[in-house]
Order: sequence, then C-alpha cells, then structure tokens
Amino acid sequence: MTEIATRLVRNAVGVAGLVFLLLLVVLALAAPLLYPGDPWRMVGSPQLPPLSPGFPLGTDALGRDVAAGVVHGARISLLIGLVSSLCAVVIGTCLGAVAGYFGRWIDDLIMRFTEFFQTIPSFMLAIVLVAIFSPSIGSIVFAIAIVSWPPVARLVRAEFLSLRSRDFVKAAVVGGQSPLRIIFRQILPNAFSPIIVTGSLMVASAILLESALSFLGLGDREFVTWGFMIGAGRTMIRQAWWLSAFPGIAIFLTVLALNMFGQGLNDALNPRLARKGRA
Amino acid sequence: MWMKAVRTAVLAAVMGLVAGGALAQAPKPGGTLNLIVQPEPPTVMLGINKLGPVSFVGGKIYEGLITLGLDLKPLPSLAKSWEISPDGLTYTFHLQEGVTWHDGKPFTADDVVFSFTEFLPKVFARTKAAMDRTSSITAPDAKTVVFQLKQPFPALMMVFDVTGGTIVPKHIYAGTDYQKNPANQTPIGTGPFKFKEWRKGAFIQLVKNENYWQKGKPHLDALYFHIVPDANGRSIAFETGKVDVLRGGDVENFEVRRLGELPNVAITDKGWEFYDPIAFLNVNNRNKPIDDVRFRRALMHAIDKNFVVNTIFAGFGKPVDGPFTTVTPFNDPAVLTRYPYDPKKARALLDEMGLKPDASGVRAELRLMPLPYGETWQRYAEYVRERLVDIGIKVKMEAVDVPGWVQRLTTGDFDISFNFVYLLGDPAMGITQTYVSTNQLNRGTAANVDGYNNPEVDKLLGQADTSADPAERKRLYAEVQKILSNDVPVIWTHQMGFPTLYRTKVKNLITTGLGLNETFADVWIDRK
Repeated sequence: MTEIATRLVRNAVGVAGLVFLLLLVVLALAAPLLYPGDPWRMVGSPQLPPLSPGFPLGTDALGRDVAAGVVHGARISLLIGLVSSLCAVVIGTCLGAVAGYFGRWIDDLIMRFTEFFQTIPSFMLAIVLVAIFSPSIGSIVFAIAIVSWPPVARLVRAEFLSLRSRDFVKAAVVGGQSPLRIIFRQILPNAFSPIIVTGSLMVASAILLESALSFLGLGDREFVTWGFMIGAGRTMIRQAWWLSAFPGIAIFLTVLALNMFGQGLNDALNPRLARKGRA
Repeated sequence: MWMKAVRTAVLAAVMGLVAGGALAQAPKPGGTLNLIVQPEPPTVMLGINKLGPVSFVGGKIYEGLITLGLDLKPLPSLAKSWEISPDGLTYTFHLQEGVTWHDGKPFTADDVVFSFTEFLPKVFARTKAAMDRTSSITAPDAKTVVFQLKQPFPALMMVFDVTGGTIVPKHIYAGTDYQKNPANQTPIGTGPFKFKEWRKGAFIQLVKNENYWQKGKPHLDALYFHIVPDANGRSIAFETGKVDVLRGGDVENFEVRRLGELPNVAITDKGWEFYDPIAFLNVNNRNKPIDDVRFRRALMHAIDKNFVVNTIFAGFGKPVDGPFTTVTPFNDPAVLTRYPYDPKKARALLDEMGLKPDASGVRAELRLMPLPYGETWQRYAEYVRERLVDIGIKVKMEAVDVPGWVQRLTTGDFDISFNFVYLLGDPAMGITQTYVSTNQLNRGTAANVDGYNNPEVDKLLGQADTSADPAERKRLYAEVQKILSNDVPVIWTHQMGFPTLYRTKVKNLITTGLGLNETFADVWIDRK
C-alpha cells in the first residue's frame, strides 16, 4: 500500500490532478461559507463584467453572482459525478463478477443484457431516462449510472475470466469456500486496481454527462450546475462571454484533473504496464 | 382675383411638395426579400393551420376580406367596401373586381360563403365561435356577401383578417377532406405572391403573382423564407445580410438591442396591434392556497414588473396592472386596483391569511412551469422563483417541453405557469375566452385554464360582447376590468413588445395592425 502511495506521489501528473481535485473538494465544501445562501439569488446589477467590485467573475442577466454559481455548481457536479460513478461501479462489478465467475449460460445471459445497453447510444438513453422520471438529482444519478455500468461489467468479467483459472482460486474451490466468498474475498481484491482506475475516469465522464443534460435543460432546476450555467449563458455569448466561459473552464479543469489523477493511479497500480507504456 | 391667385399659388406649392415627396418615395419594382420563418411551419396552407409561422408565410398567398390598420380600423382587402346596419345585425361586403385565384379561376362571392359556412368553422375554433352567432351567410350576387347575425356582435369584424377569415378556393376544397387535400402542398390563393418551392429545412420560396388584382403590385419579384433552427444562426444571418428582416421572437430580445445598433438597421415594435400580446402567470385558482384572493394579490405585489420588462425582456413591452393593454379597445386604467412592487405588503397579506413561515422560512410550496419558448422565458421563470422564495413561497420548477406545457396547462395540472395570449383587437375575442367560467379546460392555452369563476363577470362579458352601443360596451368592460383587477384571476405582468428588426432599405414593411403577417403587396426595396 505504501509502495503504491509512493509511486503515486512520484508521478507529477497524477499529483497535480490530485491536488486540484482536493482543492475543488475543499472549495465545494466551503461553498456555503464563501457564498452563503442560495446562488440563484440576485445580488448585484445585471450583466456586470468580470473583475467588477465584489463580483470577481461578473454577474448574469438577472444579477446573479457567477462566482457563487461556479462554487456551488462544484458541489453538484462532484456529488453527481461521484455518486453515479459509484453506483455504476457497483452494478458493473456485481454483474461482471457473476458473469466471469460462473461462465456458461449465466455469462451469456448477462453479456447479452450488457450488450443491450451498449448498443443504445448512452447519451440518448440518459436523456430519455431523465425525461421519463422528470429531472431531479436522483433521476440524473440513476440515468448516468444506468448508461455507465456496461464497460465496468465487461472489464470485471474479463478480469474474473483470467483470475478464475489461477491456482489460488482452484485451491479455494477445493478448500470448499462458497462461490460468494471466493468472488469477494479471493478474486475481487485482485481485480481492484483496474476497477479503481476505470471508476476514477468514469467520474469525469459522469460530470460531462451531467453537464450535457443540464445544458439541454434537463438538469435539476433546484440547483445551479455548471452545465446549466453554460446552457443559459450560451445564447448571450456575444453580450456576456463570462457567463459560459467560467463554468466551461471549471468543467475543463475538473475533467482534466480527474483524467490526470486516473492516469497517475493507473501508473501507480500497474508499474510494469506503465513502464512498458513509456518505453 | 388676387385672393384666388394666392390660393392657386399656395395650392400649387402644396401639391408640388406632396408630389415631390411622393416621387422621392416612389416604389422601385423588383428585387428579392429574404426573411426567416421560425420555427419551420408544418404547412403554409393558412386555411387549415393558424400557427404564427403559417400566418406569416400564408398571409402572402391568401387574403382575408379586410385587414386592420394600426388603429384597428378595418381596411379593404378582398372586400372593397362594407356596410353594417344600424342595428348591428347585417354585415354586407362588396368584393373587389377582377380577382382571380393563382390557378386562373375567377374569385367570387361563392368562395367567401364556402369559406365561412363550411371550411373555416370546421378547422378553426375562433372563427367557428363567431360564425355560430350568424343566422345566415348568403351571396345575393357574385360580388356581394351578406352576414346576418342573431344578435349584435361588434367584434365580428375581427375574424375577417387573413388568419381568422382565410378565403379559400371553393373549386379546390368543396366536398374534400380539407386537412388531407393534396392541394395543400401547392396552396392556391388570391394573394400577391404564389407558392413556388419548399425545400424542407432550407427555405420556402414565393414568387410574384403577375395577375394580382391590385395593378402594379406586388413590387417585389420573390420572397425567400429561410429556415434557420439555431437562434445564434439567425442573428448571424441578419448580421451578414443573408436576411433583411427578423420577426419578434426570431432572436432573443437582448440580441435585438445589439443587432439594432448595426448601421442601416431599424427596430420597430409596431405591427402587433391586432394580436395585442399580454403576458401573465396562470395561477390555478382551484388549488390551495391560490384559491384565496389575498394569496394572488400577494403574488402581484411580489413581482417587480419594471424589472421584468426592462431587464428580462430588454426594455420591450410595458407593465400592466390588469387584463387590458394600452392598445386593447375599451382599456380603462382608471378603474384598476394597483399592485406596486412591494414584498413587505405581499408578506403582510400572507400573514393575514395565516400562512406563517415555518422554521426554514417556508409558508407554502408550489410548482412553477416555465414557458419553453427560449432563454428569455427561462430567465423570467428563475426571476419569479427567486421573488417568490423571498416572500416565503418555496417553488419547485418543473421543466417541460412545448407539448408538455400545453398538455399540463390545458388539463389544469399546474400551480403557476407562464403564458402569453393575444387579445385580438376586441375584448370579445381575447378577454372573454380568458376569464369566462364556461371556457376552462381542454380548450387551448388561451382559455380560462385557471378555473376562475365569477358569475358577475360572466354576465357582464356576455352583455358587453353582444351590445351594439359603444358607450354601453365601454361602461360594461370598465366594470369587468374593475372586478378582474380586484379578483386577480391571473398575475398580469406586461403587455409584450415583439420588436421587428429590418434594414432601412426595406420600405413599407409594417403598415397595418397585422404587421409582418400582411400580404407584402406594398413592400419594396430601395436599391441605389
């Protein structure tokens, strides 16, 4: 474990991503202190440009503080990104593990089911799901999780297929351990590293997906989100570029940081692969 | 003798001035006018579909008996003159000479009778409602049509414009299924422009009708209605000169301000006098606590109408305190109860009702349905939500698409919804349908979807709509305005301004109360 941590720390790119993410988490947690109250509130004159006194990122068409929106938006984006990825990883891992461990018709059944989801364009499916269940944080998390789990399931299945035939698994089977125990205690810990890497990258795509939904007006209207801010500011880009630029930069940096961190994590967890990759 | 000489000289000078002015403004024939139609209409056969974009394009192909001036006075179109009997029961129209359909067949009074007795009542509720008030529609000769009414209905003239009273060719439509007639693909009208080509998703092209009944018109050779689905794309099309006119609603109001500052570009908010759009919040009077008039009054006080007009709608429009606008006939602002922006008073009204804030400051929770017509309306909804939260009303915003909005509004599945309606030149058209208790659900979005029910208002509207005496109507409608502004069946915010942007080289663009839905027979382009 310390070895992995050391390798991660030595990876400059991964550390940069991690530091940015930690800062973002701190900022998101501190949002109610930095900008108390509802970020939807109109607090200044409309359309103030950035660097106006009191409004470093300017205000929007109704006089709402863009900085407050970006900071509060971080909470929602991170929350949705993390929770929906976690859900997707849990669903994907369970199905992939069962398919990979038991094989035969169970594997066929689960893989056909997975393919069913993979053949539908994921963004379209997410739009349909959110539209059916009416936009709310819950339905958005659900929709993102539903469209994101198939890659995890395939990955976990592949890991399980290869690990299934290893000696230590055979020993456990001979030793009379229950399939459930073998799956969770023997195989899964050995398949953890690719799952974690996939999961961390999935957070980035979940944030993008949520932003895209909000951009189209399918976000939860109770909360300010980055995608919503871009969507709302888009039509005014000729008058007020800052309305869409700052949340755009926030999404860009967050997704970049998540990818950098995921890459760093991958390198740290699979040192041989990483070295091979660089050679 | 001397006097006479002076008089002649003055007369000559005046005539010279007039002639000189006329010469400077003599229309130059030829040229193509590029416009935008947004959204792409389902058809351009104005007889069967009355949507805004259909009226805009179809209004060049088809004509009504009359059109309406900027002051809502009827002006000749297919009817060259008309008489209304003193008892207000007989309307006699005399038709223009030498009018032919685009396929060469002559236009006669039979076409008019067919349009109003068979075609329009079957396809358009507003015209059907008006024609239900007639006892007979007859053609004593080929150039005369007589409408006989059961009781006076002075608003009748307001259904003879090109949208309410589209005159369609009997020889093409008689005895057919109007909606499915293949001729709808190649519409045949009497208007100054003929249908030429429709490339779906790209443009609709109309060309000059060489045999138009007004000799020497139209001045333009062709009209192109470009289809540009993206709002930014429409802005750019105007900026680069691809199109010379933008209708109200083609681009967001804040863009209109910017584009209006381009060289040789003008903005006008004329041309909506007949439609007379008014914006309000529909509030479901059936639901608690909205059923309490104090609650509705609190909402009136909670919203700053000046902010709505000046900031959200970029200064286009005027705040209103009641159901009529400054252009609606019989408007009487003196009788209105006033609701200035005053959140303190709003909170006091809610306190008085016993709606006290709970620990988190919430007095009531309501659903709010924005109007899905673009960004301006979204900002408007966000503004209203913020204002309501301020007086302690928690609001759940429910995003809907256009069909969803129509469906929920017309079935009463809402608490608060944004809306705007056309008042259509007479209270008997736009006001009655919005507040009368017999016109509630499943009758379109311009109905009493709020469930407002006041027998007194019903009675007054019934009397005013069918009175032939203007003074009597004025008194009755003043009483209606007084009661409505006291009862607050909806939360009125403003009469809307739909600015038209155009290049100043386009002349005579807006000359009547129908604005851009006019025939464009008089429009010309000044080319150097």
